[in-house]
Amino acid sequence: MSTATGAYEPRGAARLAETTGAWLLAVLWILPLVYAAWAAFHAPEFSARFSPSAPWTLENFVRAWQAAPFARYFLNTFVLVTLTLACQFLLCTLAAYAFTRYRFVGREVVFALVLAQLMIMPDVLIVENYRTMSWLGILDSIPAIALPYVASAFGIFLLRQTFKTVPKELEDAARIEGASDLQILVKVYVPLARPIYVAYGLVSVSFHWNNFLWPLIVTNSVEARPLTVGLQVFASTDQGIDWSIICAATLMTSAPLLLAFLLFQRQFIQSFLRAGIR
Amino acid sequence: MKHRAAEIHAWLLLLPALVLLALFTHWPAVETFIDSLHSTPRGRRAAAFVGLDNYRQMLEDPVFRQAVVNNLWYALGTIPTSIALALLMAIWVNDRIAGRTVLRMAYFTPTVLPMIAVANIWLFFYTPQYGLLEQVLGLFGAPTRNWLGSTDTALACVTLVAIWKEAGFFMIFYLAALQQIPPTLAEAAALEGTPRWTFFRRVQFPLLMPTTLFVLVNAVINAFRTVDHIVVMTRGGPDNASTLLLYYIYQVGFSFWDTTYAATLTIVMLSALAIVALGQYFLLDRRIHYR
Repeated sequence: MSTATGAYEPRGAARLAETTGAWLLAVLWILPLVYAAWAAFHAPEFSARFSPSAPWTLENFVRAWQAAPFARYFLNTFVLVTLTLACQFLLCTLAAYAFTRYRFVGREVVFALVLAQLMIMPDVLIVENYRTMSWLGILDSIPAIALPYVASAFGIFLLRQTFKTVPKELEDAARIEGASDLQILVKVYVPLARPIYVAYGLVSVSFHWNNFLWPLIVTNSVEARPLTVGLQVFASTDQGIDWSIICAATLMTSAPLLLAFLLFQRQFIQSFLRAGIR
Repeated sequence: MKHRAAEIHAWLLLLPALVLLALFTHWPAVETFIDSLHSTPRGRRAAAFVGLDNYRQMLEDPVFRQAVVNNLWYALGTIPTSIALALLMAIWVNDRIAGRTVLRMAYFTPTVLPMIAVANIWLFFYTPQYGLLEQVLGLFGAPTRNWLGSTDTALACVTLVAIWKEAGFFMIFYLAALQQIPPTLAEAAALEGTPRWTFFRRVQFPLLMPTTLFVLVNAVINAFRTVDHIVVMTRGGPDNASTLLLYYIYQVGFSFWDTTYAATLTIVMLSALAIVALGQYFLLDRRIHYR
Protein backbone atom coordinates (compact mmCIF):
# COMPACT_ATOMS: atom_id res chain seq x y z
CA MET A 1 0.00 0.00 0.00
CA SER A 2 1.39 3.40 -0.88
CA THR A 3 0.57 6.57 0.94
CA ALA A 4 -1.21 9.30 -0.91
CA THR A 5 -0.20 12.21 1.26
CA GLY A 6 3.54 11.84 0.73
CA ALA A 7 4.11 15.56 0.44
CA TYR A 8 2.21 16.12 3.68
CA GLU A 9 3.91 13.44 5.74
CA PRO A 10 4.55 15.18 9.06
CA ARG A 11 8.18 15.78 9.97
CA GLY A 12 10.09 16.44 13.17
CA ALA A 13 7.99 17.45 16.16
CA ALA A 14 4.73 17.11 14.23
CA ARG A 15 5.61 13.55 13.37
CA LEU A 16 6.44 12.74 16.97
CA ALA A 17 3.13 14.21 18.09
CA GLU A 18 1.22 12.23 15.50
CA THR A 19 2.95 8.97 16.33
CA THR A 20 2.37 9.50 20.04
CA GLY A 21 -1.27 10.35 19.48
CA ALA A 22 -1.85 7.33 17.27
CA TRP A 23 -0.24 4.98 19.76
CA LEU A 24 -2.07 6.46 22.73
CA LEU A 25 -5.38 5.96 20.97
CA ALA A 26 -4.41 2.42 20.02
CA VAL A 27 -3.52 1.56 23.62
CA LEU A 28 -6.77 3.09 24.81
CA TRP A 29 -8.61 1.13 22.12
CA ILE A 30 -7.14 -2.22 22.98
CA LEU A 31 -7.18 -1.69 26.75
CA PRO A 32 -10.63 -3.18 27.50
CA LEU A 33 -9.64 -6.29 25.56
CA VAL A 34 -6.31 -6.67 27.31
CA TYR A 35 -8.09 -6.20 30.61
CA ALA A 36 -10.56 -8.98 29.77
CA ALA A 37 -7.72 -11.23 28.67
CA TRP A 38 -5.88 -10.57 31.93
CA ALA A 39 -8.92 -11.55 33.96
CA ALA A 40 -9.50 -14.64 31.84
CA PHE A 41 -5.97 -15.96 32.22
CA HIS A 42 -5.58 -15.35 35.96
CA ALA A 43 -7.16 -16.76 39.09
CA PRO A 44 -10.22 -14.81 40.33
CA GLU A 45 -8.30 -13.14 43.16
CA PHE A 46 -6.13 -11.40 40.56
CA SER A 47 -8.92 -10.47 38.16
CA ALA A 48 -8.83 -6.86 39.26
CA ARG A 49 -5.38 -6.75 40.84
CA PHE A 50 -2.47 -6.29 38.54
CA SER A 51 0.75 -7.80 39.67
CA PRO A 52 3.51 -9.10 37.42
CA SER A 53 3.95 -12.09 39.68
CA ALA A 54 0.35 -13.28 39.30
CA PRO A 55 0.42 -16.85 37.97
CA TRP A 56 -1.12 -17.53 34.56
CA THR A 57 -3.79 -20.19 34.35
CA LEU A 58 -6.25 -21.84 31.97
CA GLU A 59 -8.47 -22.87 34.87
CA ASN A 60 -11.16 -20.27 34.01
CA PHE A 61 -11.58 -21.66 30.51
CA VAL A 62 -11.89 -25.18 31.83
CA ARG A 63 -14.48 -24.11 34.38
CA ALA A 64 -16.46 -22.09 31.82
CA TRP A 65 -16.40 -24.97 29.36
CA GLN A 66 -17.74 -27.34 32.02
CA ALA A 67 -20.31 -24.95 33.43
CA ALA A 68 -22.35 -24.58 30.25
CA PRO A 69 -22.86 -26.64 27.08
CA PHE A 70 -20.48 -24.51 25.02
CA ALA A 71 -19.58 -27.42 22.74
CA ARG A 72 -23.21 -27.62 21.71
CA TYR A 73 -23.39 -23.82 21.28
CA PHE A 74 -20.33 -23.91 19.03
CA LEU A 75 -21.92 -26.65 16.96
CA ASN A 76 -25.19 -24.70 16.70
CA THR A 77 -23.43 -21.53 15.58
CA PHE A 78 -21.38 -23.51 13.09
CA VAL A 79 -24.50 -25.13 11.64
CA LEU A 80 -26.27 -21.76 11.63
CA VAL A 81 -23.60 -19.84 9.72
CA THR A 82 -23.01 -22.69 7.27
CA LEU A 83 -26.69 -23.19 6.58
CA THR A 84 -27.29 -19.47 6.20
CA LEU A 85 -24.36 -18.95 3.90
CA ALA A 86 -25.12 -21.97 1.70
CA CYS A 87 -28.73 -20.89 1.24
CA GLN A 88 -27.75 -17.26 0.68
CA PHE A 89 -25.26 -18.25 -2.02
CA LEU A 90 -27.79 -20.42 -3.79
CA LEU A 91 -30.78 -18.06 -3.65
CA CYS A 92 -28.87 -14.86 -4.31
CA THR A 93 -26.97 -16.38 -7.23
CA LEU A 94 -30.16 -17.57 -8.92
CA ALA A 95 -31.95 -14.29 -8.35
CA ALA A 96 -29.00 -12.14 -9.41
CA TYR A 97 -28.66 -14.22 -12.57
CA ALA A 98 -32.33 -13.71 -13.38
CA PHE A 99 -31.94 -9.94 -12.98
CA THR A 100 -28.79 -9.79 -15.11
CA ARG A 101 -29.47 -12.24 -17.89
CA TYR A 102 -33.21 -12.13 -18.51
CA ARG A 103 -35.64 -9.52 -19.71
CA PHE A 104 -39.14 -9.94 -18.36
CA VAL A 105 -42.16 -7.82 -17.66
CA GLY A 106 -41.88 -6.10 -14.28
CA ARG A 107 -38.16 -6.65 -13.81
CA GLU A 108 -37.53 -3.16 -12.43
CA VAL A 109 -40.48 -3.38 -10.04
CA VAL A 110 -39.40 -6.75 -8.71
CA PHE A 111 -35.85 -5.48 -8.25
CA ALA A 112 -37.15 -2.50 -6.28
CA LEU A 113 -39.20 -4.90 -4.14
CA VAL A 114 -36.02 -6.85 -3.43
CA LEU A 115 -34.12 -3.70 -2.50
CA ALA A 116 -36.89 -2.76 -0.06
CA GLN A 117 -35.28 -5.25 2.32
CA LEU A 118 -32.29 -2.94 2.69
CA MET A 119 -34.66 -0.56 4.44
CA ILE A 120 -37.15 -2.97 6.02
CA MET A 121 -34.54 -5.05 7.78
CA PRO A 122 -35.23 -8.42 9.42
CA ASP A 123 -33.61 -7.04 12.58
CA VAL A 124 -36.56 -4.71 13.04
CA LEU A 125 -39.47 -7.01 12.14
CA ILE A 126 -38.97 -9.17 15.21
CA VAL A 127 -42.57 -9.26 16.41
CA GLU A 128 -44.17 -10.34 13.11
CA ASN A 129 -41.39 -12.73 12.18
CA TYR A 130 -41.73 -14.42 15.55
CA ARG A 131 -45.40 -14.94 14.84
CA THR A 132 -44.62 -16.35 11.38
CA MET A 133 -42.15 -18.83 12.88
CA SER A 134 -44.70 -19.91 15.42
CA TRP A 135 -47.27 -20.35 12.63
CA LEU A 136 -44.77 -22.46 10.68
CA GLY A 137 -44.18 -24.48 13.85
CA ILE A 138 -40.42 -24.03 13.79
CA LEU A 139 -39.86 -21.83 16.86
CA ASP A 140 -36.71 -22.70 18.77
CA SER A 141 -34.84 -24.19 15.82
CA ILE A 142 -31.79 -23.21 13.82
CA PRO A 143 -33.68 -22.74 10.51
CA ALA A 144 -35.92 -20.24 12.31
CA ILE A 145 -32.86 -18.11 13.10
CA ALA A 146 -31.61 -18.30 9.52
CA LEU A 147 -34.79 -17.96 7.44
CA PRO A 148 -35.43 -14.18 7.58
CA TYR A 149 -31.86 -13.53 6.41
CA VAL A 150 -31.58 -16.11 3.64
CA ALA A 151 -33.05 -14.09 0.77
CA SER A 152 -30.55 -11.29 1.21
CA ALA A 153 -31.27 -8.18 -0.84
CA PHE A 154 -27.72 -7.15 -0.25
CA GLY A 155 -26.35 -10.41 -1.65
CA ILE A 156 -28.60 -10.20 -4.70
CA PHE A 157 -27.58 -6.60 -5.31
CA LEU A 158 -23.88 -7.33 -4.92
CA LEU A 159 -23.92 -10.36 -7.21
CA ARG A 160 -26.02 -8.58 -9.81
CA GLN A 161 -23.47 -5.75 -9.93
CA THR A 162 -20.73 -8.33 -10.43
CA PHE A 163 -22.57 -10.43 -13.01
CA LYS A 164 -23.18 -7.30 -15.05
CA THR A 165 -19.44 -6.92 -15.60
CA VAL A 166 -19.09 -10.37 -17.17
CA PRO A 167 -18.20 -9.87 -20.86
CA LYS A 168 -20.90 -10.94 -23.28
CA GLU A 169 -18.30 -12.66 -25.48
CA LEU A 170 -17.56 -15.27 -22.82
CA GLU A 171 -21.21 -16.11 -22.58
CA ASP A 172 -21.61 -16.30 -26.37
CA ALA A 173 -18.62 -18.60 -26.63
CA ALA A 174 -20.13 -20.94 -24.06
CA ARG A 175 -23.46 -20.83 -25.86
CA ILE A 176 -21.87 -21.79 -29.17
CA GLU A 177 -20.41 -24.81 -27.44
CA GLY A 178 -23.95 -25.76 -26.54
CA ALA A 179 -24.06 -24.77 -22.86
CA SER A 180 -27.51 -24.25 -21.32
CA ASP A 181 -28.42 -21.19 -19.28
CA LEU A 182 -27.71 -22.91 -15.99
CA GLN A 183 -24.42 -24.28 -17.27
CA ILE A 184 -23.41 -20.77 -18.30
CA LEU A 185 -24.22 -19.56 -14.80
CA VAL A 186 -22.16 -22.28 -13.15
CA LYS A 187 -19.25 -22.36 -15.62
CA VAL A 188 -18.91 -18.68 -16.57
CA TYR A 189 -20.57 -16.32 -14.09
CA VAL A 190 -19.90 -17.98 -10.75
CA PRO A 191 -16.14 -18.55 -11.27
CA LEU A 192 -15.66 -14.96 -12.41
CA ALA A 193 -17.43 -13.65 -9.32
CA ARG A 194 -15.30 -15.66 -6.90
CA PRO A 195 -13.74 -12.72 -5.03
CA ILE A 196 -17.21 -11.32 -4.41
CA TYR A 197 -18.40 -14.65 -3.04
CA VAL A 198 -15.44 -14.72 -0.67
CA ALA A 199 -16.09 -11.16 0.43
CA TYR A 200 -19.81 -11.67 0.90
CA GLY A 201 -19.15 -14.97 2.66
CA LEU A 202 -16.81 -13.45 5.22
CA VAL A 203 -19.19 -10.60 5.92
CA SER A 204 -22.17 -12.93 6.23
CA VAL A 205 -20.33 -15.37 8.50
CA SER A 206 -19.19 -12.62 10.84
CA PHE A 207 -22.65 -11.06 10.88
CA HIS A 208 -24.41 -14.31 11.75
CA TRP A 209 -21.74 -15.47 14.15
CA ASN A 210 -22.28 -12.22 16.06
CA ASN A 211 -26.03 -11.80 15.64
CA PHE A 212 -27.87 -11.77 18.94
CA LEU A 213 -31.31 -10.20 19.33
CA TRP A 214 -33.26 -12.34 16.84
CA PRO A 215 -31.68 -15.64 17.98
CA LEU A 216 -32.39 -14.60 21.58
CA ILE A 217 -36.04 -14.18 20.70
CA VAL A 218 -36.64 -17.35 18.66
CA THR A 219 -34.63 -19.86 20.68
CA ASN A 220 -35.02 -21.09 24.22
CA SER A 221 -33.27 -24.42 24.37
CA VAL A 222 -29.68 -25.61 24.42
CA GLU A 223 -30.31 -27.51 21.16
CA ALA A 224 -30.98 -24.37 19.12
CA ARG A 225 -29.14 -21.57 20.90
CA PRO A 226 -26.15 -20.08 19.10
CA LEU A 227 -23.00 -19.04 20.98
CA THR A 228 -23.98 -15.42 21.49
CA VAL A 229 -27.24 -16.33 23.20
CA GLY A 230 -25.54 -19.15 25.10
CA LEU A 231 -22.94 -16.70 26.37
CA GLN A 232 -25.62 -14.29 27.51
CA VAL A 233 -27.58 -17.00 29.34
CA PHE A 234 -24.37 -18.18 30.94
CA ALA A 235 -23.14 -14.74 31.96
CA SER A 236 -26.43 -13.47 33.31
CA THR A 237 -27.80 -16.43 35.21
CA ASP A 238 -25.36 -19.21 35.91
CA GLN A 239 -22.42 -17.32 37.25
CA GLY A 240 -23.37 -14.60 39.66
CA ILE A 241 -20.46 -12.24 39.14
CA ASP A 242 -17.38 -14.37 38.75
CA TRP A 243 -15.67 -12.09 36.25
CA SER A 244 -12.71 -14.28 35.48
CA ILE A 245 -14.92 -17.09 34.26
CA ILE A 246 -17.21 -14.71 32.34
CA CYS A 247 -14.22 -13.13 30.63
CA ALA A 248 -12.90 -16.58 29.77
CA ALA A 249 -16.24 -17.54 28.23
CA THR A 250 -16.42 -14.25 26.36
CA LEU A 251 -12.98 -14.67 24.83
CA MET A 252 -13.67 -18.29 24.05
CA THR A 253 -16.82 -17.49 22.08
CA SER A 254 -15.11 -14.73 20.09
CA ALA A 255 -11.88 -16.68 19.59
CA PRO A 256 -12.58 -18.38 16.25
CA LEU A 257 -13.49 -15.14 14.48
CA LEU A 258 -10.75 -13.21 16.23
CA LEU A 259 -8.11 -15.80 15.26
CA ALA A 260 -9.39 -15.94 11.70
CA PHE A 261 -9.17 -12.17 11.57
CA LEU A 262 -5.64 -12.02 12.95
CA LEU A 263 -4.49 -14.68 10.47
CA PHE A 264 -6.29 -13.32 7.40
CA GLN A 265 -6.34 -9.62 8.22
CA ARG A 266 -5.88 -8.43 4.69
CA GLN A 267 -8.61 -10.66 3.28
CA PHE A 268 -10.99 -9.62 6.03
CA ILE A 269 -10.44 -5.93 5.45
CA GLN A 270 -10.61 -6.35 1.67
CA SER A 271 -13.84 -8.28 2.02
CA PHE A 272 -15.48 -5.72 4.25
CA LEU A 273 -14.46 -3.07 1.75
CA ARG A 274 -15.77 -5.03 -1.22
CA ALA A 275 -19.02 -5.97 0.35
CA GLY A 276 -19.56 -2.70 2.13
CA ILE A 277 -21.61 -3.87 5.03
CA ARG A 278 -23.94 -6.55 6.46
CA MET B 1 -42.40 -18.89 -27.99
CA LYS B 2 -38.73 -18.85 -27.10
CA HIS B 3 -39.20 -15.53 -25.37
CA ARG B 4 -42.03 -16.99 -23.29
CA ALA B 5 -39.81 -19.84 -22.15
CA ALA B 6 -37.05 -17.45 -21.12
CA GLU B 7 -39.52 -15.39 -19.12
CA ILE B 8 -40.76 -18.45 -17.24
CA HIS B 9 -37.16 -19.42 -16.67
CA ALA B 10 -36.42 -16.05 -15.07
CA TRP B 11 -39.38 -16.26 -12.71
CA LEU B 12 -38.37 -19.77 -11.68
CA LEU B 13 -34.89 -18.52 -10.82
CA LEU B 14 -36.38 -15.71 -8.77
CA LEU B 15 -39.04 -17.80 -7.08
CA PRO B 16 -37.19 -19.05 -3.98
CA ALA B 17 -35.81 -15.61 -3.12
CA LEU B 18 -39.12 -13.89 -3.77
CA VAL B 19 -41.10 -16.35 -1.65
CA LEU B 20 -38.80 -15.81 1.32
CA LEU B 21 -38.74 -12.05 0.85
CA ALA B 22 -42.51 -11.96 0.71
CA LEU B 23 -42.80 -14.16 3.78
CA PHE B 24 -40.22 -12.38 5.95
CA THR B 25 -40.07 -8.82 4.63
CA HIS B 26 -43.07 -7.65 2.62
CA TRP B 27 -45.88 -9.45 4.36
CA PRO B 28 -44.59 -8.72 7.90
CA ALA B 29 -44.25 -5.05 6.99
CA VAL B 30 -47.86 -4.90 5.80
CA GLU B 31 -49.05 -6.98 8.74
CA THR B 32 -47.22 -4.68 11.15
CA PHE B 33 -49.26 -1.79 9.82
CA ILE B 34 -52.56 -3.71 10.00
CA ASP B 35 -51.73 -4.85 13.53
CA SER B 36 -50.99 -1.35 14.65
CA LEU B 37 -54.64 -0.49 13.95
CA HIS B 38 -55.96 -3.29 16.16
CA SER B 39 -56.02 -4.11 19.84
CA THR B 40 -53.97 -6.98 21.25
CA PRO B 41 -56.10 -10.12 21.76
CA ARG B 42 -56.08 -11.08 25.44
CA GLY B 43 -57.61 -14.26 26.79
CA ARG B 44 -61.08 -14.61 25.33
CA ARG B 45 -61.14 -11.06 23.99
CA ALA B 46 -60.32 -11.14 20.28
CA ALA B 47 -58.40 -8.41 18.47
CA ALA B 48 -60.64 -5.49 17.52
CA PHE B 49 -60.16 -2.67 15.08
CA VAL B 50 -59.26 0.41 17.10
CA GLY B 51 -58.17 2.85 14.41
CA LEU B 52 -55.42 5.15 15.60
CA ASP B 53 -55.85 4.38 19.30
CA ASN B 54 -52.46 2.69 19.55
CA TYR B 55 -50.80 5.72 18.00
CA ARG B 56 -52.63 8.00 20.45
CA GLN B 57 -51.53 5.80 23.33
CA MET B 58 -47.99 5.91 21.99
CA LEU B 59 -47.84 9.70 21.88
CA GLU B 60 -48.92 9.80 25.51
CA ASP B 61 -46.56 7.03 26.59
CA PRO B 62 -43.71 8.61 28.60
CA VAL B 63 -41.47 5.57 28.04
CA PHE B 64 -41.89 5.85 24.27
CA ARG B 65 -40.98 9.52 24.40
CA GLN B 66 -37.97 8.76 26.49
CA ALA B 67 -36.90 5.96 24.14
CA VAL B 68 -37.08 8.37 21.19
CA VAL B 69 -35.19 11.10 23.04
CA ASN B 70 -32.60 8.58 24.23
CA ASN B 71 -32.23 7.19 20.73
CA LEU B 72 -31.68 10.66 19.32
CA TRP B 73 -29.04 11.45 21.95
CA TYR B 74 -27.49 8.06 21.32
CA ALA B 75 -27.39 8.77 17.56
CA LEU B 76 -25.98 12.22 18.17
CA GLY B 77 -23.37 10.75 20.48
CA THR B 78 -22.29 7.86 18.29
CA ILE B 79 -22.52 9.09 14.70
CA PRO B 80 -20.33 12.24 14.59
CA THR B 81 -17.84 10.89 17.12
CA SER B 82 -17.27 7.56 15.44
CA ILE B 83 -17.02 9.16 12.00
CA ALA B 84 -14.54 11.78 13.21
CA LEU B 85 -12.50 9.16 15.03
CA ALA B 86 -12.58 6.88 11.99
CA LEU B 87 -11.28 9.69 9.80
CA LEU B 88 -8.53 10.54 12.28
CA MET B 89 -7.50 6.90 12.55
CA ALA B 90 -7.46 6.52 8.78
CA ILE B 91 -5.30 9.60 8.30
CA TRP B 92 -2.86 8.42 10.95
CA VAL B 93 -2.66 4.89 9.64
CA ASN B 94 -2.27 6.22 6.10
CA ASP B 95 0.90 8.10 7.07
CA ARG B 96 4.13 6.18 7.30
CA ILE B 97 4.31 6.21 11.09
CA ALA B 98 6.01 3.51 13.12
CA GLY B 99 4.00 0.31 13.53
CA ARG B 100 1.02 1.31 11.47
CA THR B 101 0.04 -2.31 10.80
CA VAL B 102 -0.25 -2.89 14.53
CA LEU B 103 -2.15 0.36 14.94
CA ARG B 104 -4.60 -0.58 12.22
CA MET B 105 -5.17 -3.92 13.87
CA ALA B 106 -5.72 -2.33 17.28
CA TYR B 107 -8.33 0.03 15.85
CA PHE B 108 -10.09 -2.63 13.81
CA THR B 109 -10.20 -5.54 16.27
CA PRO B 110 -13.31 -4.42 18.23
CA THR B 111 -15.23 -4.64 14.95
CA VAL B 112 -14.69 -8.39 14.64
CA LEU B 113 -15.96 -9.21 18.13
CA PRO B 114 -19.63 -9.98 18.70
CA MET B 115 -21.42 -7.00 20.24
CA ILE B 116 -22.54 -9.30 23.01
CA ALA B 117 -18.92 -10.16 23.90
CA VAL B 118 -17.98 -6.49 23.71
CA ALA B 119 -20.81 -5.64 26.07
CA ASN B 120 -19.67 -8.24 28.58
CA ILE B 121 -16.13 -6.92 28.50
CA TRP B 122 -17.32 -3.34 29.03
CA LEU B 123 -19.70 -4.43 31.76
CA PHE B 124 -16.65 -5.65 33.63
CA PHE B 125 -14.80 -2.45 32.74
CA TYR B 126 -17.57 -0.31 34.28
CA THR B 127 -18.10 -2.45 37.40
CA PRO B 128 -18.31 -0.25 40.52
CA GLN B 129 -15.20 -0.32 42.75
CA TYR B 130 -13.78 -3.38 41.06
CA GLY B 131 -13.67 -2.41 37.36
CA LEU B 132 -10.73 -0.88 35.53
CA LEU B 133 -12.44 2.49 35.07
CA GLU B 134 -13.01 2.83 38.80
CA GLN B 135 -9.48 1.70 39.60
CA VAL B 136 -7.94 4.25 37.24
CA LEU B 137 -10.20 7.05 38.48
CA GLY B 138 -9.47 5.92 42.04
CA LEU B 139 -5.78 6.66 41.44
CA PHE B 140 -6.76 10.28 40.88
CA GLY B 141 -8.87 10.26 44.01
CA ALA B 142 -12.24 10.39 42.21
CA PRO B 143 -15.18 9.14 44.29
CA THR B 144 -16.57 5.76 43.18
CA ARG B 145 -19.85 5.66 41.36
CA ASN B 146 -22.11 3.16 39.68
CA TRP B 147 -21.65 4.14 36.04
CA LEU B 148 -24.30 1.87 34.56
CA GLY B 149 -26.63 2.13 37.51
CA SER B 150 -27.04 5.86 37.46
CA THR B 151 -29.55 7.70 35.27
CA ASP B 152 -26.95 10.41 34.54
CA THR B 153 -24.32 8.17 33.05
CA ALA B 154 -25.94 4.95 31.77
CA LEU B 155 -26.76 6.26 28.30
CA ALA B 156 -23.32 7.83 27.89
CA CYS B 157 -21.72 4.52 28.88
CA VAL B 158 -23.54 2.50 26.22
CA THR B 159 -22.87 5.24 23.66
CA LEU B 160 -19.16 4.94 24.33
CA VAL B 161 -19.30 1.19 23.76
CA ALA B 162 -20.95 1.70 20.36
CA ILE B 163 -18.30 4.25 19.34
CA TRP B 164 -15.56 1.85 20.39
CA LYS B 165 -17.06 -0.94 18.34
CA GLU B 166 -17.82 1.12 15.22
CA ALA B 167 -14.99 3.57 14.64
CA GLY B 168 -12.47 0.99 13.45
CA PHE B 169 -14.96 -0.39 10.98
CA PHE B 170 -15.55 2.99 9.37
CA MET B 171 -11.80 3.60 9.38
CA ILE B 172 -11.16 0.99 6.71
CA PHE B 173 -13.51 2.72 4.28
CA TYR B 174 -11.75 6.04 4.80
CA LEU B 175 -8.37 4.37 4.52
CA ALA B 176 -9.27 2.79 1.19
CA ALA B 177 -10.61 6.12 -0.08
CA LEU B 178 -7.52 8.03 1.06
CA GLN B 179 -5.32 5.64 -0.83
CA GLN B 180 -7.27 6.33 -4.01
CA ILE B 181 -6.50 10.05 -3.95
CA PRO B 182 -3.73 10.62 -6.52
CA PRO B 183 -0.44 11.63 -4.84
CA THR B 184 0.06 14.33 -7.49
CA LEU B 185 -2.63 16.39 -5.78
CA ALA B 186 -0.63 16.50 -2.56
CA GLU B 187 2.56 17.30 -4.45
CA ALA B 188 0.95 20.15 -6.36
CA ALA B 189 -0.64 21.60 -3.22
CA ALA B 190 2.62 21.35 -1.31
CA LEU B 191 4.49 23.16 -4.11
CA GLU B 192 2.03 26.01 -3.80
CA GLY B 193 2.74 26.11 -0.09
CA THR B 194 -0.74 25.08 1.02
CA PRO B 195 -0.83 24.32 4.75
CA ARG B 196 -1.78 20.74 5.62
CA TRP B 197 -5.04 21.74 7.26
CA THR B 198 -6.12 23.67 4.17
CA PHE B 199 -5.15 20.74 1.98
CA PHE B 200 -7.29 18.48 4.14
CA ARG B 201 -10.24 20.87 4.20
CA ARG B 202 -10.22 21.86 0.54
CA VAL B 203 -8.94 18.71 -1.17
CA GLN B 204 -9.01 15.54 0.90
CA PHE B 205 -12.26 16.05 2.75
CA PRO B 206 -14.34 16.92 -0.36
CA LEU B 207 -12.86 13.93 -2.20
CA LEU B 208 -13.83 11.72 0.74
CA MET B 209 -17.45 12.87 0.59
CA PRO B 210 -18.86 9.70 -1.05
CA THR B 211 -17.20 7.66 1.70
CA THR B 212 -18.55 9.98 4.36
CA LEU B 213 -22.04 9.55 2.95
CA PHE B 214 -21.72 5.79 2.88
CA VAL B 215 -20.38 5.69 6.42
CA LEU B 216 -22.97 8.18 7.63
CA VAL B 217 -25.89 6.14 6.33
CA ASN B 218 -24.56 3.02 7.96
CA ALA B 219 -23.89 4.82 11.22
CA VAL B 220 -27.46 6.11 11.29
CA ILE B 221 -28.90 2.66 10.58
CA ASN B 222 -26.69 1.12 13.27
CA ALA B 223 -27.81 3.72 15.79
CA PHE B 224 -31.34 2.39 15.39
CA ARG B 225 -30.91 -1.31 14.88
CA THR B 226 -28.20 -2.39 17.34
CA VAL B 227 -29.39 -2.93 20.89
CA ASP B 228 -27.45 -6.08 21.86
CA HIS B 229 -25.34 -4.13 24.35
CA ILE B 230 -28.44 -2.67 25.98
CA VAL B 231 -29.74 -6.17 26.67
CA VAL B 232 -26.48 -7.15 28.35
CA MET B 233 -25.42 -3.97 30.10
CA THR B 234 -28.47 -2.09 31.35
CA ARG B 235 -31.70 -3.71 30.17
CA GLY B 236 -32.82 -0.21 29.33
CA GLY B 237 -32.41 0.91 32.92
CA PRO B 238 -32.08 2.47 35.33
CA ASP B 239 -35.57 3.93 35.10
CA ASN B 240 -35.51 3.67 31.27
CA ALA B 241 -32.51 6.00 31.12
CA SER B 242 -30.85 3.86 28.43
CA THR B 243 -33.89 2.46 26.61
CA LEU B 244 -33.55 2.72 22.83
CA LEU B 245 -36.43 2.37 20.40
CA LEU B 246 -35.70 -1.18 19.23
CA TYR B 247 -35.08 -2.29 22.79
CA TYR B 248 -38.45 -0.87 23.78
CA ILE B 249 -40.08 -2.77 20.88
CA TYR B 250 -38.42 -5.92 22.15
CA GLN B 251 -39.63 -5.24 25.69
CA VAL B 252 -43.21 -4.45 24.68
CA GLY B 253 -43.37 -7.39 22.27
CA PHE B 254 -41.68 -10.09 24.33
CA SER B 255 -41.91 -9.06 27.99
CA PHE B 256 -45.33 -7.42 28.03
CA TRP B 257 -46.60 -9.42 25.02
CA ASP B 258 -48.52 -6.38 23.79
CA THR B 259 -48.01 -7.28 20.13
CA THR B 260 -50.13 -4.61 18.51
CA TYR B 261 -48.49 -1.84 20.51
CA ALA B 262 -45.12 -3.30 19.55
CA ALA B 263 -46.33 -3.20 15.93
CA THR B 264 -47.19 0.48 16.34
CA LEU B 265 -43.69 1.17 17.64
CA THR B 266 -42.24 -0.85 14.75
CA ILE B 267 -44.06 1.45 12.31
CA VAL B 268 -42.25 4.41 13.89
CA MET B 269 -38.98 2.57 13.51
CA LEU B 270 -39.67 1.69 9.87
CA SER B 271 -40.60 5.30 9.15
CA ALA B 272 -37.31 6.45 10.64
CA LEU B 273 -35.41 4.01 8.44
CA ALA B 274 -37.44 5.08 5.42
CA ILE B 275 -36.55 8.71 6.05
CA VAL B 276 -32.89 7.77 6.20
CA ALA B 277 -33.16 5.88 2.92
CA LEU B 278 -35.06 8.66 1.15
CA GLY B 279 -32.72 11.30 2.55
CA GLN B 280 -29.79 9.37 1.23
CA TYR B 281 -31.39 9.00 -2.16
CA PHE B 282 -32.76 12.47 -2.79
CA LEU B 283 -30.69 14.91 -0.78
CA LEU B 284 -27.20 13.73 -0.23
CA ASP B 285 -26.54 11.69 -3.35
CA ARG B 286 -27.04 14.68 -5.63
CA ARG B 287 -24.82 17.11 -3.79
CA ILE B 288 -21.79 14.95 -3.66
CA HIS B 289 -18.95 15.01 -6.07
CA TYR B 290 -18.24 11.58 -7.48
CA ARG B 291 -15.06 10.84 -9.30
